[in-house]
Amino acid sequence: MPASELTATATLRKDTWWLEPLLIVLGLGAFVVYTTWAALQGAHYEYKNYLSPFYSPTLKPSWWPFSPAILILWGPAGFRLTCYYYRKAYYRSFWWSPPACAVRDARSGYTGETGFPLILQNIHRYFFYVATAFLIFLWYDAIYAFVFDGRFGVGLGSVIMLVNVALLSMYSFSCHSCRHLCGGCLDRFSSSPLRYRLWRIVTTQNERHMLWAWLSLVSVALTDVFIRLLSMGIIRDVRFF
Amino acid sequence: MPDAVMRLWRGDVRGGAFREYRVPTEEGMVVLDVIHKIQATQAHDLAVRWNCKAGKCGSCSAEVNGRPRLMCMTRMNLFAAGEPITVAPIKTFPLIRDLVADVSFNYQVAKTIPAFRPGPGEPDGTFRMMQEDIDRGQEFHKCIECFLCQNVCHVIRDHPDNMPFFAGPRFFVRLAALEMHPMDEAARAEYLRLKAGLGFCNITKCCTEVCPEHIKITDNAIIPLKERVVSEHYDPIVWTWRKLTGRK
Ligand code: SF4
Ligand code: SF4
Ligand code: FES
Ligand code: FES
Repeated sequence: MPASELTATATLRKDTWWLEPLLIVLGLGAFVVYTTWAALQGAHYEYKNYLSPFYSPTLKPSWWPFSPAILILWGPAGFRLTCYYYRKAYYRSFWWSPPACAVRDARSGYTGETGFPLILQNIHRYFFYVATAFLIFLWYDAIYAFVFDGRFGVGLGSVIMLVNVALLSMYSFSCHSCRHLCGGCLDRFSSSPLRYRLWRIVTTQNERHMLWAWLSLVSVALTDVFIRLLSMGIIRDVRFF
Repeated sequence: MPDAVMRLWRGDVRGGAFREYRVPTEEGMVVLDVIHKIQATQAHDLAVRWNCKAGKCGSCSAEVNGRPRLMCMTRMNLFAAGEPITVAPIKTFPLIRDLVADVSFNYQVAKTIPAFRPGPGEPDGTFRMMQEDIDRGQEFHKCIECFLCQNVCHVIRDHPDNMPFFAGPRFFVRLAALEMHPMDEAARAEYLRLKAGLGFCNITKCCTEVCPEHIKITDNAIIPLKERVVSEHYDPIVWTWRKLTGRK
């Protein structure tokens, strides 16, 4: 067909389709920049009984000269990088493949997730297992945040850490791979009533997976910011009791 | 009410252009009504495909202001009064004329899908299913085959060379319905991976965004199918377990 307005324009859309990819680039970009900076610091990640989620669990082998965060962050980073929601977000916003619906792809060739390296996205469920192991440490840290000098207490930091680990748990357990493993892989739910119940519960949260992805992204960064500022002496913790 | 200003695509494979029509409108009109009015009063030879005018036959797919939609379900009051409204044929499939495209690609794909293959059933010759076994499939059966999802999918919209290797979202919905059926015993993982090109989908969800039946194509059909293909093909532990136990 000869070139015309129909075939030659990237899109006939007149609405602000570029706004969503722009916001995602800004949001995810800011998070990646801050996390990289915070992970490379190797300092100010703990304050009394509070520990930054970027440094949990803290591995400090003597032969490792760099920040301890680098030894562990591949786990949560891999989980988010291969997450079905984040894939959608960065394929659209950073790759422009496509930038928005009915807007032309930025690149001419396309093989999707069929070739190397994107075929590796298929290991997402393994990162789900890893992320679940991390959650155990983070829950331990959150509970420990309520223990001040051997006694129960509540500070602003304790609340922040608890909210953060709750949001991270919602993010992990609303995962599509989790939904599949809980019961999505079955064809006959009636033969496995427990797994069916579990699948239904996970499904209700899976519908909000994007929301949990963003809330937990923000909370994990803010938790680090808060503990960092405490440790640097810039702000002071509030003790409720 | 001010007249509607419609910019309709007029032309065929040899070429064409958008042409502007002004039409008086009434309360409650949909885009298809306005197109019919143009056809009746100003452009008798305007080609447009439609059938039910109720959002159920899936014939009237087009791109209104660049967004894939059913013309019969797009109300005129969605647009600012007097602003030009562009109506173009769906872009992914070959143009026949004006607003009509040739969607036969989809019928060819449909023929390649491994059919329903029921298992042996119970000794009394029946097969009992519980409500929860079929609930999940109901959503998939709502598909009206409007092919808006096929049209918007960038895998073939922007890269037509992929057409021979990619079934498209409408057929992932069909395949999910078959794969999750409690009676069905056919294995489709290899078909999904090698013939239907499930891996081409990068789950960017445009199919879900345009589906007039609000089928959650990506979340409920494509991603669960991708997970099943992972279990069948990519998961090293499942693979080892199967080798060791000899289980399928
Ligand atoms: S989610 Fe996949 S199938 Fe649906 S439009 Fe996007 S690439 Fe195509
Ligand atoms: S899945 Fe939705 S968009 Fe696709 S053909 Fe069916 S009804 Fe149309
Ligand atoms: S964490 Fe997002 S899909 Fe698994
Ligand atoms: S005319 Fe049947 S869906 Fe629009």
